Amino acid sequence: MKKEYWPVHLFFGIVTLAMVLPIALVLIASFTDERSILSKGYSLFPERWSLDAYRFLFESDPWVILDSYGVTLFVTAVGMLVSLAVTAMLAYPLSRVQLPFRTGFSFYVFFTILFNGGMVSWYLVFAQYIDLRDTVWALIVPGLLLNGFNVLIMRTFFSGSIPPALIESAYIDGAGELRIFAQFVVPLSKPVFATIGLFNTLAYWNDWFNSLVFLTKAKFYSLQYLLNMSLLNIQFLSQKSQNAGAASFSGLVPQETMRMAMAIIGMGPIVLAYPFFQKYFVKGLTIGAIKG
Amino acid sequence: MKTVWKTAYRYRALYLLMLPGLLYLLINNYMPMLGVVIAFKEINFTKGIWHSDWVGFHNFKYLFATSDAYVITRNTILYNTAFIVLGLILSVAVAILLNEVRSRIRKAYQSALLLPYFLSTVIVAYLLFGLLSPEYGLMNKAVLPMLGLDPVYWYMDPKYWPVILTLVYIWKSIGYSSIVYIAAIVGIDQEYYEAATIDGATKWRQIRHITIPLLYPIMTIMTLLAVGKIFYSDFGLFFQVPMNSGPLLPATNTIDTYVYRGLMQLGDISMASAAGLYQSVVGFALVLLSNFAVRKINRDNALF
Repeated sequence: MKKEYWPVHLFFGIVTLAMVLPIALVLIASFTDERSILSKGYSLFPERWSLDAYRFLFESDPWVILDSYGVTLFVTAVGMLVSLAVTAMLAYPLSRVQLPFRTGFSFYVFFTILFNGGMVSWYLVFAQYIDLRDTVWALIVPGLLLNGFNVLIMRTFFSGSIPPALIESAYIDGAGELRIFAQFVVPLSKPVFATIGLFNTLAYWNDWFNSLVFLTKAKFYSLQYLLNMSLLNIQFLSQKSQNAGAASFSGLVPQETMRMAMAIIGMGPIVLAYPFFQKYFVKGLTIGAIKG
Repeated sequence: MKTVWKTAYRYRALYLLMLPGLLYLLINNYMPMLGVVIAFKEINFTKGIWHSDWVGFHNFKYLFATSDAYVITRNTILYNTAFIVLGLILSVAVAILLNEVRSRIRKAYQSALLLPYFLSTVIVAYLLFGLLSPEYGLMNKAVLPMLGLDPVYWYMDPKYWPVILTLVYIWKSIGYSSIVYIAAIVGIDQEYYEAATIDGATKWRQIRHITIPLLYPIMTIMTLLAVGKIFYSDFGLFFQVPMNSGPLLPATNTIDTYVYRGLMQLGDISMASAAGLYQSVVGFALVLLSNFAVRKINRDNALF
């Protein structure tokens, strides 16, 4: 076990490069001069560097990006907190063995993992019965707010880590069930809250599907959906910012580099936060051993 | 019976806690389950969904009469099969090799492997576009000319996409899927290896005859669980990554993208819901079947 074979390092060297290279290419392209791209294409070693893409994005009409950042931040923060609360509130009672009808309720949660009614009727529920279209709630509520898997992960954690004797003695001391939950169970369960909170944050931050299905107006475009639109339609960004400052870039609008700059703006926070949350993520996967 | 209700009353606060979550599942999951009846109706929006006419299995007959049903089923199953087989081999290989790295660089390798997992599929589409853009992509501008080949219109020609999508899938998921094998290898008793070393077994023979056989149970379980999901596909991978390109549909249309297009782009609700129900029912049967198989091997790893 002492000696490390160099082919192993060669293998992981190549793999690491393959993982990072596509990201590096887009990052470098976003700092490339538009004319270099028009003549030589996206390159890891551009002829001329330039900040035009970012300057154009933030000078001509910063609100296009800032608005969608605002929407994504709001949706992620509210969604993560509400989701965490609802998940824990459903999971905790299911972990209490004395609770009558516990198995029935567990099955009710569990069955949603096994079977689903499909996208069509799901869409109609949130578009016809409860019309959330073109509201910010369409990005928070449908699909993402609660997921049976997370409930089961939390329930498993509560059953394994909260000593029943503690709950019993708090009850004898006169604490009500709600107080026991808020004052004893929640503080003792920080690791699982961190894990599920992280899962939720990533799910909300990276979501574009709800925007795609439920939004028709630009008002609540999330960051990911703005990215989606500017990838499919290169003029999308320059059309949106045709007012004001566009004139100062007389001549060439840095369309290609602007598009790549958008990708960097979109993935920046995740990549920057990555070293901090990676550890918790891997740990979280191991506490999440699920049993039905 | 009386005492059950008495106990239930004593725990009424706990039921109150569950209420929001139970209501949410009712709306988000159970109401759509009732909605599967749409597949048996001819939807007419002036009459409303509940008052539209029943047409029995007409929508299904219509769906299976088209070549679409065959193409989307074939694509969904073939892609998933490739993902399962390659994913299994590569994630086990990565886990075994990573275990050979003892120096601190091991962390850096694992971080790089896991990074793509956290990027949204929209971002992945951008990254791929940087490589495959017909005018400015790295492939057409640098790689192919260097090999003396003509540029390729990647987003127009379906024949490349089975390979491209499989590579993208592996790129994005390998770090995540190898985690469970890394954990399993860490858990193997070191005495096996010490004994083997004393007997003069080479590294390769130790991997071949100790590590891999000890991973068989977890490999089987992960594979069976994946087989249970073989009728479902990652919508983002098949919709965003090929940039929703029409000419690529023969190679990129899966059941999920078909249902989406039927509903949102073509407005063919009956057909979309028929395809959706087909997916739900077969998918449900496969989950039950694979779980049954997992239970036979190891009860603790089964979902139920």
